[in-house]
Amino acid sequence: MLTFAVRRLVLAVPTLLFISFVIFMLLQLAPGDPMAQVPLTVPPEVKEKMRQALGVGEPPLVQYWKWLVQVFWIEPKVFIDYLTNSSTLLGWLPDTQLYQNELRVISWQTRSPVMDIVIQRIPQTLWVVGMAYVVGILIALPIGIYSAYRQYSVFDQSGTFITMIGFSIPPFFTGPLLIVIFSVQLGWFPSIYDTTHVVNDWASLKFQLSQMILPVMVLALQTTAQISRYMRASMLDNLNQDYVRTARAKGLSEAVVVTVHVLRNSMIPVITVIALNVPSIFGGAIITENVFKVNGIGQLLITALFANDLPMVMTLTFIFAVLIVLFNLIADILYGLLDPRIRYD
Amino acid sequence: MTEPVQATPTPIEALADKGPLEPPRSQWKDVWDQFRKHKGAMFGGGFLLFITLAVLLGPYIWQVDAQKLDIRNKDLRPIWTALWDAGAKTAWSRPFGTDQLGRDQLAQIIQGGRTSMAVGWAAMILSLIIGTTVGVLAGFVRKADGLLMRLTDLFLSLPILPLLLVAVTLFRQPLREAFGPEGGMFVLIVGIIAITSWMPTARIVRGDILALKEREFILAARSIGTTPFRIVQRHLLPNVLSPIMVSATLGLATAIITESALSFLGVGFPSDFPTWGKMLADAVQRMQQFPERVYLPGIAISLTVLSVNYLGDGLRDALDPRIRGR
Repeated sequence: MLTFAVRRLVLAVPTLLFISFVIFMLLQLAPGDPMAQVPLTVPPEVKEKMRQALGVGEPPLVQYWKWLVQVFWIEPKVFIDYLTNSSTLLGWLPDTQLYQNELRVISWQTRSPVMDIVIQRIPQTLWVVGMAYVVGILIALPIGIYSAYRQYSVFDQSGTFITMIGFSIPPFFTGPLLIVIFSVQLGWFPSIYDTTHVVNDWASLKFQLSQMILPVMVLALQTTAQISRYMRASMLDNLNQDYVRTARAKGLSEAVVVTVHVLRNSMIPVITVIALNVPSIFGGAIITENVFKVNGIGQLLITALFANDLPMVMTLTFIFAVLIVLFNLIADILYGLLDPRIRYD
Repeated sequence: MTEPVQATPTPIEALADKGPLEPPRSQWKDVWDQFRKHKGAMFGGGFLLFITLAVLLGPYIWQVDAQKLDIRNKDLRPIWTALWDAGAKTAWSRPFGTDQLGRDQLAQIIQGGRTSMAVGWAAMILSLIIGTTVGVLAGFVRKADGLLMRLTDLFLSLPILPLLLVAVTLFRQPLREAFGPEGGMFVLIVGIIAITSWMPTARIVRGDILALKEREFILAARSIGTTPFRIVQRHLLPNVLSPIMVSATLGLATAIITESALSFLGVGFPSDFPTWGKMLADAVQRMQQFPERVYLPGIAISLTVLSVNYLGDGLRDALDPRIRGR
């Protein structure tokens, strides 16, 4: 098991390197110029110096190497410095001071380090997307279990229909639809997510929850649709197995048979699906964040794309790729851990 | 002494045929019978046929130019608004209303549907061709297998939506110059959706080909000197047709949604060229006054995708011989 995990981890490195190389070379073809916004009165040699300061104007391979160094060497140093310097968790350690003012990955829009902006944006995305994922799973599992247990019942039929709808209606339609119904017609929830809102008492917590409900509903609908289908299929596979008949013949109650025997076995593939879908939920959140004006990573990517901010786009896309590779790995390892029949060695 | 056996023995009564044997049934008739039992799939197939015919023949029946600006008749509500709001601005000549520039909404829905369906079908077919080719090559040619499957894994770990956005913004300009504003965008979107969505098909096809390749009928075909190309064409491809068809329906649904999502985010077709996603995106600004402009294209997208998904569900049941006949 451990050797398998290590082998996969080692294999992930060239994959990620290749992906980052492909993305970097794609972005090299971009027509935009970071100096386009600089006034014409600035003399060309100054412009050239500004270009050098942003790291542009060198051969693409050199730029790629510098980007690699910045992301894998300089940024971790900054992060470790932050951990030992100002974080509450590891602040008791002596300050490491690894970072010696080397050039970090700089955004062309704001001229500040990309990672700082990403760190600012991550909490919003995690709050909304993470909450939506948890809510979606919590709704999906009981639906899937019950509709498999009562296959072809009214509940199962309507559940299947609703999951089909959840599959088919894209988030850029459910978002506006929910806004029209709940914030325009009924006026219950705000339609725009206020990212500057600070939670410090019960009233503000209530407001935070109410502004989270709509985006969470949009994202949770999709998660629910997918996961409950997997749960149902997996339960159906197990319900007809011989060990279930044995359990019933022993005189176990129906609740114990379903929740202990069948459910535990059916959860194995479902858990891997849950792990596999985490990165795609981040991708889907781009649209939802755009609809509800949530100030998260997805929105950052869109604005960076339109502003031709290539280092930002590069880094964000790479982060998404890392998430995908990482969760693929986690899913594989979980599968091996949970199912004793699967041996990787 | 035994009795002499009759020349034509009378059959045992229980084993006798009750009537004449049924005429033999073809495989596709069985598939169709099973498919007909799936109500959702029948409905989905019917609706898909309806919407395809509507967007194909619609412009000949509803002869209003979708691009014609009619500023005097701008912001008309759809005709059914008059049912509950007698004072609303409606006109029988504009049954679905008009937008803020007076363009007819019904004509726009038809025109937008043409684009969305064309993109969906073209991207689906292209991705099927790529996926099947890669799958067959990987399954049939052992040397290519490792390389092609690593490639598939690599594509599967690419972040699709961010990459789509990046690629569309990057290649818009050169392709527009080469194929014109609409043609360039069409080529770009179809190509990009196809390149990023062929992997599931390739995996399924490879798995099936690997299993089929070891079967006796392939050995028999090989033994009579059939060339590898003919084996693939005559014996392997017909046998992997059903998973390909199922993944085709899924591909159509995702292609339509992806195109609409790109248009919604503002990186799709040019602004004077209606697609469903674009109409929806333009209407979101003023959805408080004119909610129908969000509903209509949104419902069009959702119903089309829903019907395609149901169609895929029914096809999967109908094409699987283990489920068929139950």
